[in-house]
Amino acid sequence: MATYLEFIQQNEERDGVRFSWNVWPSSRLEATRMVVPLACLLTPLKERLDLPPVQYEPVLCSRPTCKAVLNPLCQVDYRAKLWACNFCFQRNQFPPAYAGISEVNQPAELMPQFSTIEYIVQRGPQTPLIFLYVVDTCLEEEDLQALKESLQMSLSLLPADALVGLITFGRMVQVHELSCEGISKSYVFRGTKDLTAKQIQDMLGLSRPAVPIQQGRPLQTPEQPVISSRFLQPVHKIDMNLTDLLGELQRDPWPVTQGKRPLRSTGVALSIAVGLLEGTFPNTGARIMLFTGGPPTQGPGMVVGDELKTPIRSWHDIEKDNARFMKKATKHYETLANRTAANGHCIDIYACALDQTGLLEMKCCANLTGGQMVMGDSFNTSLFKQTFQRVFNKGFNGEFRMAFGASLDVKTSRELKIAGAIGPCISLNAKGPCVSENELGIGGTSQWKICSLDPSTTLAIYFEVVNQHNAPIPQGGRGAVQFVTQYQHSSTQKRIRVTTIARNWADAQSQLQHIEAAFDQEAAAVLMARLGVYRAESEEGPDVLRWLDRQLIRLCQKFGQYNKDDPNSFRLSESFSLYPQFMFHLRRSPFLQVFNNSPDESSYYRHHFARQDLTQSLIMIQPILYAYSFHGPPEPVLLDSSSILPDRILLMDTFFQIVIYLGETIAQWQKAGYQDMPEYENFKHLLQAPLDDAQEILQTRFPMPRYIHTEHGGSQARFLLSKVNPSQTHNNLYAWGQVS
Amino acid sequence: MSVNQQAHTGPPYGQPQPGYQGYQQPAYGGQPLPAVPQSQYGAYNGPMPGYQQPVPPQGYFPSLGFPSKGSPVSLNSDTSLAPNFIGSLRAPPTSGAPPPASGASLPSGHLAYSQFGHGDVQNGIPASAAPMQRPPASQPFLPGSAPTPVSQTSTFQQYGHPPASVQQLSNHMAGMTIGSTTASAPPPAGLGYGPPTSVPPVSGSFSATGSGLYTPYTASQGPPPTSVSQGLPLAQPPFPGQPISTQRLPTQVPGFAPPPSSTGIGLSSYPPTTGAPRPPTMPGPPLPGQTLAGPPASQPNHVSSPPPPPSTMAGPHPGPPMSGLHGPPPPTHPPQPGYQMQQNGSFGQVRGPQPNYGGAYPGTPNYGSQPGPPPPPKRLDPDSIPSPQLNELPPQQKPRHRIDPDAIPSPIQVIEDDRSNRGSEPFVTGVRGQVPPLVTTNFLVKDQGNASPRYIRCTSYNIPCTSDMAKQSQVPLAAVIKPLATLPPEETLPYLVDHGESGPVRCNRCKAYMCPFMQFIEGGRRFQCCFCSCVTEVPPHYFQHLDHTGKRVDFYDRPELSLGSYEFLATVDYCKNNKFPTPPAFIFMIDVSYNAMKSGLVRLICEELKSLLDYLPREGNMEESAIRVGFVTYNKVLHFYNVKSSLAQPQMMVVSDVADMFVPLLDGFLVNVNESRTVIASLLDQIPEMFADTRETETVFAPVIQAGLEALKAAECAGKLFIFHTSLPIAEAPGKLKNRDDKKLINTDKEKTLFQPQTSFYNNLAKDCVAQGCCVDLFLFPNQYLDVATLGVVTYQTGGSIYKYAYFQLETDQDRFLNDLRRDVQKEVGFDAVMRVRTSTGIRATDFFGAFYMSNTTDVEMAGLDCDKTITVEFKHDDKLSEDSGALLQCALLYTSCAGQRRLRIHNLSLNCCTQLADLYRNCETDTLINYLAKYAYRGVLSSPVKTVRDALINQCAQILACYRKNCASPSSAGQLILPECMKLLPVYLNCVLKSDVLQPGPEVTTDDRAYIRQLVTSMDVAETNVFFYPRLLPLTKADVDSDSLPAAIRNSEERLSKGDIYLLENGLNIFVWVGVNVQQGLIQNLFGVSSFSQISNALSTLPVLENPFSKKVRSIIDMLQVQRSRYMKLIIVKQEDKLEMLFKHFLVEDKSLSGGASYVDFLCHMHKEIRQLLS
Repeated sequence: MATYLEFIQQNEERDGVRFSWNVWPSSRLEATRMVVPLACLLTPLKERLDLPPVQYEPVLCSRPTCKAVLNPLCQVDYRAKLWACNFCFQRNQFPPAYAGISEVNQPAELMPQFSTIEYIVQRGPQTPLIFLYVVDTCLEEEDLQALKESLQMSLSLLPADALVGLITFGRMVQVHELSCEGISKSYVFRGTKDLTAKQIQDMLGLSRPAVPIQQGRPLQTPEQPVISSRFLQPVHKIDMNLTDLLGELQRDPWPVTQGKRPLRSTGVALSIAVGLLEGTFPNTGARIMLFTGGPPTQGPGMVVGDELKTPIRSWHDIEKDNARFMKKATKHYETLANRTAANGHCIDIYACALDQTGLLEMKCCANLTGGQMVMGDSFNTSLFKQTFQRVFNKGFNGEFRMAFGASLDVKTSRELKIAGAIGPCISLNAKGPCVSENELGIGGTSQWKICSLDPSTTLAIYFEVVNQHNAPIPQGGRGAVQFVTQYQHSSTQKRIRVTTIARNWADAQSQLQHIEAAFDQEAAAVLMARLGVYRAESEEGPDVLRWLDRQLIRLCQKFGQYNKDDPNSFRLSESFSLYPQFMFHLRRSPFLQVFNNSPDESSYYRHHFARQDLTQSLIMIQPILYAYSFHGPPEPVLLDSSSILPDRILLMDTFFQIVIYLGETIAQWQKAGYQDMPEYENFKHLLQAPLDDAQEILQTRFPMPRYIHTEHGGSQARFLLSKVNPSQTHNNLYAWGQVS
Repeated sequence: MSVNQQAHTGPPYGQPQPGYQGYQQPAYGGQPLPAVPQSQYGAYNGPMPGYQQPVPPQGYFPSLGFPSKGSPVSLNSDTSLAPNFIGSLRAPPTSGAPPPASGASLPSGHLAYSQFGHGDVQNGIPASAAPMQRPPASQPFLPGSAPTPVSQTSTFQQYGHPPASVQQLSNHMAGMTIGSTTASAPPPAGLGYGPPTSVPPVSGSFSATGSGLYTPYTASQGPPPTSVSQGLPLAQPPFPGQPISTQRLPTQVPGFAPPPSSTGIGLSSYPPTTGAPRPPTMPGPPLPGQTLAGPPASQPNHVSSPPPPPSTMAGPHPGPPMSGLHGPPPPTHPPQPGYQMQQNGSFGQVRGPQPNYGGAYPGTPNYGSQPGPPPPPKRLDPDSIPSPQLNELPPQQKPRHRIDPDAIPSPIQVIEDDRSNRGSEPFVTGVRGQVPPLVTTNFLVKDQGNASPRYIRCTSYNIPCTSDMAKQSQVPLAAVIKPLATLPPEETLPYLVDHGESGPVRCNRCKAYMCPFMQFIEGGRRFQCCFCSCVTEVPPHYFQHLDHTGKRVDFYDRPELSLGSYEFLATVDYCKNNKFPTPPAFIFMIDVSYNAMKSGLVRLICEELKSLLDYLPREGNMEESAIRVGFVTYNKVLHFYNVKSSLAQPQMMVVSDVADMFVPLLDGFLVNVNESRTVIASLLDQIPEMFADTRETETVFAPVIQAGLEALKAAECAGKLFIFHTSLPIAEAPGKLKNRDDKKLINTDKEKTLFQPQTSFYNNLAKDCVAQGCCVDLFLFPNQYLDVATLGVVTYQTGGSIYKYAYFQLETDQDRFLNDLRRDVQKEVGFDAVMRVRTSTGIRATDFFGAFYMSNTTDVEMAGLDCDKTITVEFKHDDKLSEDSGALLQCALLYTSCAGQRRLRIHNLSLNCCTQLADLYRNCETDTLINYLAKYAYRGVLSSPVKTVRDALINQCAQILACYRKNCASPSSAGQLILPECMKLLPVYLNCVLKSDVLQPGPEVTTDDRAYIRQLVTSMDVAETNVFFYPRLLPLTKADVDSDSLPAAIRNSEERLSKGDIYLLENGLNIFVWVGVNVQQGLIQNLFGVSSFSQISNALSTLPVLENPFSKKVRSIIDMLQVQRSRYMKLIIVKQEDKLEMLFKHFLVEDKSLSGGASYVDFLCHMHKEIRQLLS
């Protein structure tokens, strides 16, 4: 272990885990004084090319309250064929299959390099993946057309045996029956009426299996698929039908008079989609994909009335408590989200409209179920089209980069307790000895459900050191944490991934420098940011900022070196040096600042912030700025207005936007057409370089960022200008410019 | 009827008359002779004026007038009418016995009759000796026909002719007297009675005979039989008979006098004449007093019954023959009739008196009344009467129990008479207060300022001036309005008047529309409203100068000034939301539950719709219908279909949220048939396939209507839903019903609940439907109880129609259903209609019956109104009317035509007003009255026990008749049943109403049937109620295969059926073909294509198409009948002595019904009793 940096990187690559502290303060008191809590970012399904899953069941600790999985940290008595659980110290017999075990013949899970291991287990019937499209038809004609094409295209990307369903909505909600030939059938629901799951199932005729049973026809097995298949059909069977059906989709025919919004029953549509899946395929991987082009305007979950003269709520309205539909709508969607999550399904929201679409109210649908949230201006943009296409991207092994119905179980050694998690998950309310009473994020449990996740989905998990100060940990003692993630793989296999990590304890008083050195400021920044954003959801913005500031001050106070009353004497060690900068940008970020953002945008940004991995999160907190010039190779530059120079091309990546900004001179050159002149081929290359880099980013980013190509003085330049540190402004440009 | 008879009688009597002439001349001269024309009404009318002129008439006039109206068959309370007639007949004989008899017989040329006649005459002569008469009667009968009743009838038929002659005789008075003499003569009354009695009876009988052959016969027979029976049965035929007859005669005589008015005009006329003369003789009275008293009591009924027939013509002659006939029948008929007879006799008198005497001859009245009354009062009760009678003529009376069915007023006869009298001339509506021909008569109408009777018929065309009078008479004042009635091609549809943007000209105050009765004043600058007398400025654009008569110069150019019916084009002010309506829509809503699929119904409907959609109603000459169509199928959930023309395939949209119905689509649900033809065809092809495997048995109902309603709302148009439904809606949904059928409730206070809807849900729904103009037509195919009473609520209140096909089977019922469906889809219909009836100050419309909804007390709202729907409106006085100005009605119907045009249809009708009750009774229409009474009663069952309703009905009719008896026919004995001529069928029709399934269900009648019938009747017009309550019975074997005409109908009684014949009975819903066991094989072969009676299948729903004249004829008759009715009637083959015969017999309404309904005769007696109780 050369440096902590390498160690951290190794750990992240192997286990997908990054702790804020890699050496743990050994007592509760000390830990709290560290300001940044002991926490980690966990990417449960981090892609590991070198991790072939094993095809057997994990061996579990036999203590009912523990059930930890056998791991390399366990002590094994090869003779007695016993192993001791490193969490509860229970001694367990190996199962019979492990009879041949010995020091030289170890199962994979005992090998140190397999601190993360994945099991494939055979449990229950395998059900195909389910994709239920919920499509808004109150769209402009070309938008609808584009959406239809995207949907049709998506059919070709789905696995052949996946089940698809289609619900369309406008003033009414239509559930399309896909099994019939000839006449196309759909079940129609009023868009203004909330229905219970039972009612929905009755109305869709899904509760009928009961009847045949009563009649003494025990054909439930064949019956079940028959019933559900009316609405959910294997792609390969009905892709032609569905393609036609999508092709024939018309805009919502109900007249919209001038000055009105179209009546859009998003709330009911979602409710029906949820009810449909709930009744037919509970606890199996399913995506409800909502495509909406505007705010819900009627029924439960309505966000705004249909009068155009009443604008949709703004932050201002919300602060003034003027958003009359918000609470009710939010409650509706929360209820739905919880039901969906309980069933292990997820809701994706693709909202494409110039105005807000109610993401603020609907955000929980995606947040709680692990669904995607995509916001665009129109379905007829490459942003949406490519993003949507990317949903069905396949990983290196030809599998979809999506997994379903995961449950994450965290086990800790007894010095630690679990304070909570922040991410696209819900609590499973598993109380246990290792659950802390202090909650950070979604707490009070040691298990969470993540209904949908992809290899980059990252949760922040917060711990609490509970070891009392007067009960020192023996020298060399290590604290351990085990993450057990059970999920449905996109191949429909059930898998269990187990990651077990251990860190050294250190006495914060005597070994502070160890702890300090093992500080992961990037992870810490993201973890703190998540906490801040999480708080911002429920607290007033200024409070959160104040809290963040105080934390930063306390941290600096704790780890900085300075002379009193001498600002210039302030020094932070290398492992802390970037942290304040992150906090600075975090304060200005749209995750905490709502100014200039609509409530929908804030929700959108926060949604993504809460699920992306560390790298992406950092980009979100502090956008990356690259400079391209004739003066050297591309280089990252400060996110500062001083970086904007006439002879530079800047490439800014804020995660949500990629901005290419041509400096004043460069722009003039380009206008003059130098790039087309053979003698200025280098200029052409210069112009091309940021484009290529941007393309590279675009290739991998999900969702597709907004791609902005602008120049000095261009209106779109605001995207850049709003991000950079305004060290130079119209007020001080002259003076500071002179200085620098 | 009587008229004709009279005409005939004229000559024969003429001879006898001489003697009487003196008397007769006045009366006869006026009536009979002039009457010669035959048509009773015509005659009367004629007579009125004509007679009036004659001096005598004046005196008589009143009487005449009365008579004409009064012709009422007067029955003695207790028993049969026939006797009276007979009596009368005989009576005549007494006076002019020989002549009349001979005359009667002669005319007919039937020896038998003549013989009888002779017999009678002889009897008559001998009359003094009661026995004599009867024997003769019996004798004649015997000879004339076989003693058996049947034969009698036949014989009577033969007599029929004679009757005619008889009538003439009666007319002549001589005959009358003779008749009377014979009849009465023999009896004690002897001469005294003879004259009076004889005369009237004769006339009555004669007139009767005069009309139809058969009918006359029957009539004549009727009376005869009764009389005969009575006579014979009574004291040895001769005595009792005679006495009775005599009595009757006497009574009749008086009656006859009146009869003229009532029964046989001739009679009445005679009576007067006779009366005149007789009065002097007076003996009549005394006799009546004595004999009558005796007899009347016992015989009253008989008497009464006879009188009517006599009136019908046959009366007189029959009388004689009858008497002869009676001889034989008597045996069959026991004593009681006898009593009745007597009573009848009295009735006869009564009648006589009523018409003629009432006014003209006080003297006569006295005769009639004095003598008559005293006795009757004493013997008012049949029971009490018997005793006296018994005392007098115990034997006879008892045997006479029976009233001769032929002697009582015959609907057939009345119909035939009216047909022959009034069918030839067009009915011109120019004159105020004209009574139109009967609904059974084919006639043309010329609109000259009053609405055609096809649009409006009234119970009376002469309205009492004061409410006191109206209350006294108890005659309901009602109009039966059929605003969109279909006219025969020869008549022109109402003209459409377009007044442009300013809209129709209306009275400023009452808002009545411009009509021919408006008075233009001040040179045409203003007009005075004929309803409220308010003066309104004539709008400048409407101004026109007046000619010297005060008429506008453009009188003939403007339909609204010269016609009774016309239409205005409505302006936007008359439209909902001030927007012109869009064309209406038809939505077909098909039950696709298991039951419907299994029976093949769905496939059938779909197949039919494919072609039927090309025949949607269209306006005028439009190339294609403006009506759009939509389709819904349903079981527990609803399936809407998008059939937009741009689609390759229809789309189905399922709405399972039945608790909160809505329409899932807008565009593409209601489409133009031509544009979406292929998609619709594809849909109709696929519907049966899609649900072929359905196992869904539960259905919803209210949501279906709601769906249609919502669809129309969304499309902002009015329209009609065609719902094809099979079962009780038990699926969980609004309007869910439970099976509450419980026959145990029948005849309890809770019976009314069977007619009430289970839940008020449907009432509210109906209200919504009406507000939107959503009319619901319901086709039901139940295999069990489905609660028509509840399901029909919406249909009923929206002006829709219900069709019910119980146990629907494709093979047997599809023709009927498809024909109904076709007709229902194609028929003219208006939407979103509001009707208001305005009246002259003094009366106002107070009550409405029919299929509609009313949100206030004046406006009748109908979501849809088709050409068959009828609204009955009742009027009450709120002030006095004046005879000068009469009473005016204006019915204004605002509706949307099938092309979406908003229009106003106006019907105007002017009625006379009267200060004399007699005028009221003279201008009544029984058919309309029955229409009103039935609707009134059928509504009553919703709130009162059926028994109460029945009693109220009887009571009201008794009051009507008693009032007449008391005020217009005073001079007769109370024991006499005297019916106003215009109402002589009231008892028989009323009995039919009382016996109908709704008011008196048989065990086989289901609750649904009753509710169904109740609703059907409520929107029936007069013609429909007429045939529904008194079915038409046609002897097919008597049909003339070479002519287009229908065979003459016969009366609805089993006695009239011959084992050797085939009959057809229709009541507007069913057609029965009854085959007697002895029908010739050839006929069976020709008609059914099988070789023997036993091979006839009664499962046939149509007659086989065979190429022979008889088959063709029968089928053409059936086709003709089907065309006449608004519903396709179900054809049922009934073999005599087969199971189904029970069902068939149910429709023989003159007979006692199995469910306890009284026979005509019994009921008549009952009525008489009631009347007498009222009078006492």
